[in-house]
Amino acid sequence: MNTESLGTIFLNACLVNNFVLAYFLGICPFLGVSGKIGTASRMGGAVMFVMLISSMCAYGIHAGLVAINAPYLQLISYIVVIASTVQLVEMFIKKMSPTLFRSLGIFLPLITTNCAILGVALFQTNKGYGFLESVVYALGAGAGFTIALLLIAGLREQLDFADVPKISKGTALTLFIAGILSLCFMGFAGLGAQ
Amino acid sequence: MSKENSISGQKATTTDEFIKGLWRDNPVFVQVLGMCPVLAVSNTAENALAMGLATAFVLLMSNILVSLLRNFVPKQVRIASYILIIATFVTVTDYAIQAISVELYKSLGAFISLIVVNCLILSRAEAFASKNTVWKSILDALGMGVGFTFALFCLGAVREILGNGSIFNFVIFPEGFQNWIVMILPAGGFFTLAAWLLIINKIQTRKAKT
Repeated sequence: MNTESLGTIFLNACLVNNFVLAYFLGICPFLGVSGKIGTASRMGGAVMFVMLISSMCAYGIHAGLVAINAPYLQLISYIVVIASTVQLVEMFIKKMSPTLFRSLGIFLPLITTNCAILGVALFQTNKGYGFLESVVYALGAGAGFTIALLLIAGLREQLDFADVPKISKGTALTLFIAGILSLCFMGFAGLGAQ
Repeated sequence: MSKENSISGQKATTTDEFIKGLWRDNPVFVQVLGMCPVLAVSNTAENALAMGLATAFVLLMSNILVSLLRNFVPKQVRIASYILIIATFVTVTDYAIQAISVELYKSLGAFISLIVVNCLILSRAEAFASKNTVWKSILDALGMGVGFTFALFCLGAVREILGNGSIFNFVIFPEGFQNWIVMILPAGGFFTLAAWLLIINKIQTRKAKT
């Protein structure tokens, strides 16, 4: 068992080891839906919710798999849980807000293949977190993902009006911004260390 | 049934199936798919190559199986079954790498398991293997796999040379060389990929002009 406090875990997952900018998890939606702030914030919310649910389930599954001594089923069972949670969220959003459903488009089902979510489940297992710690870790990771997504969406909205060389339009420019953001986030290193 | 799926929509012959993954529809440089492992484990050429080969293996096996099962899997549950197929092969790869080299296993870390959620593999299964014959799917997987490995290697080599002054752990720069530490750090991954995309864009626009 580790001795990190809950606050440290949250800060670590959210800022110091930001999932997008330090671990490179969840880059696809990061590049895909970061065009507008509105969409980005809702996407962040959806990802955070799926993360939380699947993290709780992953904790239970891990305990179960250890009990029946079948660790090789870990990956397969995690991905099944994530896929079903995404299906649930998809149905929920479709019912509650058809506009949001349309604006998220293909990226909603693609949350299934968002590495950040599987990453949270795998890392918390590797680190041996308990139930409460897992939940805090998932919350921190989700918050970090949303922050990164919002930051880059804001920057990209501004850049729409900027005059950049033609060859750097699109993905290349977004990647450059992401690189600079990643450098900025390195400033948080050491924060929350013991 | 065998409708061509390449981005440019041209009619392709069998060899084209293989070639297209290398350059025209390169998964990393053109389609920008499967970015997470590309950026995360490309800090040395060796890691990049190992990751590329592992991904290519999973891609090949899952493409074969998906293509074989394409007439049996009901449409409603196809994505779920593809994910299960992929997860099975990733688990196999995970244990194989652990058996071959513990050192490599440690340096790649959780990213081997994360091959499951590599969008490239799922997108090939959905867009190609589920609609084409086994033989074509094998060629497609080989082309995409080699293209993916090549792109990863391009990134890894640049980052290792600049950030560490070496390639495959052989030191190539003289003693006084100041390493660009930033290239090894996460930010370096973004910058290197952005620079490669700029170069490719430049080549494409020049080609379009002539």
